[in-house]
Amino acid sequence: MEQFFQQIINGISLGSIYALIALGYTMVYGIIKLINFAHGDVYMVGAYIGYFCMTSFHMGFLPSLFIAMTFCVILGVAIEKIAYKPLRNATRIAVLITAIGVSLFIEYGTMFFVKADVRSYPPLTGLLVKSFKLGDIVITMQQLLIVGITVILMVLLQFIVKRTRIGKAMRAVSLDKEAAELMGINVNTTISFTFVLGSALAGAAGVLVGIYYNSINPLMGIMPGLKAFVAAVFGGIGIIPGAMIGGYFIGTLEVMVSGYGNSMFRDAVVFAVLILILIVKPSGLLGKETREKV
Amino acid sequence: MLEITDLNVHFGVIHAIKGISIKVNEGEIVTLIGANGAGKTTTLRTVSGLKKLSSGTITLNGMDITHSSAQDRVKMGISHVPEGRRIFSTMTVLENLELGAYLRRDKSEIAKDLSMVYERFPILADRKKQAAGTLSGGEQQMLAMGRALMSRPKLLCLDEPSMGLAPLLVQEIFDIIRDINEKGTTILLVEQNASMALQIANRAYVMETGSITLTGTGAELMQSDDIKKAYLGG
Repeated sequence: MEQFFQQIINGISLGSIYALIALGYTMVYGIIKLINFAHGDVYMVGAYIGYFCMTSFHMGFLPSLFIAMTFCVILGVAIEKIAYKPLRNATRIAVLITAIGVSLFIEYGTMFFVKADVRSYPPLTGLLVKSFKLGDIVITMQQLLIVGITVILMVLLQFIVKRTRIGKAMRAVSLDKEAAELMGINVNTTISFTFVLGSALAGAAGVLVGIYYNSINPLMGIMPGLKAFVAAVFGGIGIIPGAMIGGYFIGTLEVMVSGYGNSMFRDAVVFAVLILILIVKPSGLLGKETREKV
Repeated sequence: MLEITDLNVHFGVIHAIKGISIKVNEGEIVTLIGANGAGKTTTLRTVSGLKKLSSGTITLNGMDITHSSAQDRVKMGISHVPEGRRIFSTMTVLENLELGAYLRRDKSEIAKDLSMVYERFPILADRKKQAAGTLSGGEQQMLAMGRALMSRPKLLCLDEPSMGLAPLLVQEIFDIIRDINEKGTTILLVEQNASMALQIANRAYVMETGSITLTGTGAELMQSDDIKKAYLGG
């Protein structure tokens, strides 16, 4: 039983990271119907920025997190402006292929600058190395930090999307671009802002995974990116609460498979979930069945 | 107020609007009638900036807005209720109305206009917390009109406000349009329901396959034999 609870705690920590990445996928899909395959690489860049802040500049955790998020915002908006905006009226497949191109460009561009070697995040100090014991269950400070920061960011995101002017504009554009234009909403600005939010969350996830797993490399974004995509589809792509639920579900599932089954199968199981959901309920857990309008 | 001169619009190689000119004076209700595919909706979309024109000019109160963005046109006082209402279905009625006032910052005036809209459409006040997609067709039309009024337009463009509504509701919607006009908003109305539109219009233009074939006051066109035959059923 202890082991089960321990795995739940590990699953929630990993799930937080997937949820943060999945939110970016789902918001961008919601607004421009694009699976932004470069999103996982924004997360990777976030991890590297955090790494350099902590090692080269000896900054603390929170300033590093903040700088990584800021840098990812700039990167995300640049990707949108340079790669996707010129294709606004192109076919969806053209944009999708571009996204894959951007993804490869960032992966190997980063590799050129930082080399392909795996790097280790600096060891944590002070309060961050503490851990708590509840009976036989161990909760580390890092896990609390990951879950805590994720929850704060999600609450903030919900507030922005539900309560602010730009959040309402985001929802309006994702529902009906032309009608939004008729309200006087600047559609391009709103799309850029969606990339701002998604990239900030991905940057945060990158730093959090750095302190959790310690090792980072230029291709680290591929697998978590794909899994976060599965999480977004599981919850219902385009639906924000769906991405949160999906992230935690996929994270917990993966940890459970590693803990009780065979860790060789953990990736396979995640993608089996993707296949299953596409067969059983393609619109995802929270999605409504919609027919394509003709 | 609004002056469209020699407007041409293409969809790829198709010449959809062929050099039409339309004038709407301040305080008028002007209607654009014609069959399906005549180009009425396209004309309206060009006025609100959703569709790019190939040549011609559009001016609003003497200002050239031919190449202005849709956003700027809302700022300058053009509001467009699109065909099919296009409300934001998963957002609440109140959120839809708030989006209508998206470009405005004058909170107290927005609140005034909101109560004005609720007064005009009491059903919207009852349903303000409800998702807009759950409203009936007539209520959605009212919401779309209320939303458009929230920007305090000088010129209100309405595209087929009677589409898909029960006859009783059609009458109600047209009464409301007339009332909005009497309170000082100029109206450009696109309709397939020609008899209703001509009854409330000061002036009317008849469109056929991208050109204007006939123009006159609403009363004149109601008497015209061509119109009776083509649009009024005898």
